[in-house]
Amino acid sequence: MNPAYSVVFLTTLIGAGQGLFLALFTIESYAAFGLLPPQSSDFYALGGEISFALLSLGLFASFFHLGRPERAWRSATQWRTSWLSREVIALPAFMGVSFLYGVAHWTGVNPVLGELYSGMPVNITAVLGVAGSVLAFALFVCTAMIYACVRFIREWHSPLTVINYILLGGASGFSMAAALAAYMAPAVMPLLAGWALIITTLGLIGRGASLIRNARLKPKSTLQTAIGIKHQHIVQKSMGLMGGSFNTREFFHGQGAGRLRSLKWGFLLSVFVVPMGLLGVGLVSASGEVLVLACVVQYLGLLVERWFFLAQSYHPQNLYYQSVS
Amino acid sequence: MTQLALVIDLNVCVGCHACVTNCKEWNTSGEAGPMVDRNPYGKDPNGTFFNRVQTFEVGEFPQTETVHFPKSCLHCEEPPCVPVCPTGASYKRKEDGIVLVDYDKCIGCKYCSWACPYGARELDADQRVMKKCTLCVDRIYDTTMTAEERRPACVRACPTSARLFGDIHDPDSEVSHAIREAGGYQLMPECGTYPANHYLPRRKVKLRIREDEIERADNPLKIDGQLPKPGKAEPTLDDVSSW
Ligand code: SF4
Ligand code: SF4
Repeated sequence: MNPAYSVVFLTTLIGAGQGLFLALFTIESYAAFGLLPPQSSDFYALGGEISFALLSLGLFASFFHLGRPERAWRSATQWRTSWLSREVIALPAFMGVSFLYGVAHWTGVNPVLGELYSGMPVNITAVLGVAGSVLAFALFVCTAMIYACVRFIREWHSPLTVINYILLGGASGFSMAAALAAYMAPAVMPLLAGWALIITTLGLIGRGASLIRNARLKPKSTLQTAIGIKHQHIVQKSMGLMGGSFNTREFFHGQGAGRLRSLKWGFLLSVFVVPMGLLGVGLVSASGEVLVLACVVQYLGLLVERWFFLAQSYHPQNLYYQSVS
Repeated sequence: MTQLALVIDLNVCVGCHACVTNCKEWNTSGEAGPMVDRNPYGKDPNGTFFNRVQTFEVGEFPQTETVHFPKSCLHCEEPPCVPVCPTGASYKRKEDGIVLVDYDKCIGCKYCSWACPYGARELDADQRVMKKCTLCVDRIYDTTMTAEERRPACVRACPTSARLFGDIHDPDSEVSHAIREAGGYQLMPECGTYPANHYLPRRKVKLRIREDEIERADNPLKIDGQLPKPGKAEPTLDDVSSW
């Protein structure tokens, strides 16, 4: 496929927004159960709004993918069958919750809504946090299933796609939360940086597994099944057009094998190896700058990773478009 | 249930692109508005078509065969392009099985084109909506036309009658007969899309004629014209042979 930058930005930005929200609520729940000292609500407020900003940017980027953005509202109608439609519903719902979560912390309007049987108070932010966490995971699944549900693009059609969207979004979000905590809630920075390290490591395993899987995939469809002629030797002499078409533009990334290989190693280093090192240094030295650097490097790497994910997918329609004349 | 479809005879198609031209002509002049054409007479002609004729060479020289292969939307019975559409713009008609795009609902997200394994959908660069073969839904039900004309433009244009059109669910239709009797097959059966359009394979037509089929067996002088005319009194063949 030919990766669309709008999709690259959409999926990486909302992934980070979701991860950041999950990180914040992890800290808030730890604090609620007394496992961590309570943090200033400024930390949650700013974090919640950064998460909201990332999601908004992602939503903004997604409009550039559409031929007719003015009709985008229609895309929420087919949630019964289409994962894209489900994503279109989950994203604004999650944005709303993350916005309210930030606002509740920022304004301090955080009334106790009830009590657990243990007598623990349940605040409005706790309710929003639980709802947001559920929505964050739902959104991860929707986004990933858009790709994973296309049966014959075999590189995508795997549970690893869903796992990796969760892990990579989580890794970037927790790295951001760690960087933010270094400035606003130093007490919880080690926990967040530690989690970021763990999730990044899991991400490396998951993404590595999918790279290994993809390298061993053999396409099911061949020129023989494409035109239904059983002969070992078939070459296309003409695709029926000379100046290119949607089919030649949308489904070929146009990069050589060498370029792809360097991009692959590039993102393996910048999404996983370098940030892991920087997170480790930041964790030990408690340096905010190093943690900020870690999350910047990781996000830039994720842009490459997402481009590569989209490019490394063999679409069977390419069998019909191999030779100009 | 009706499932309209095309059956394309690869044994007959000569790759003249008449179907491509007539398809474009009909569909670019219709109510849905023109289909984009960029540089139609320039260096890189480029545009949206519903139908393309491709050419493949099968075998190795000198044992080769050229196969012309027309390709358009196959109106799959399990179309993977339909459920993925977030707007409902892509749909399959219950009454005749035609898969259509509602150009007024489509947002041009291209997801359906990813989900079609055949590359049958093309985004119109001007209207920015997804386009594909409609099986000339605006022709085949138009009662102002004669019955003869109420067939897809490509079928009408084909000079070799390589394209048949009809209901593949009706066992007695011309297309069902063709599929059954000439070994009609579907493209990429491994994708589980159950295309409605079928293709008829190349066939080797060889006629073996033996000597005695040219000469009449009951022609002893081997020249029809000089056959002796038996007299009225002569015994006939029936009289000499006693069986
Ligand atoms: S050929 Fe492609 S566009 Fe047409 S119905 Fe089948 S999957 Fe859909
Ligand atoms: S491009 Fe149009 S028809 Fe295709 S999935 Fe998107 S909205 Fe549906």
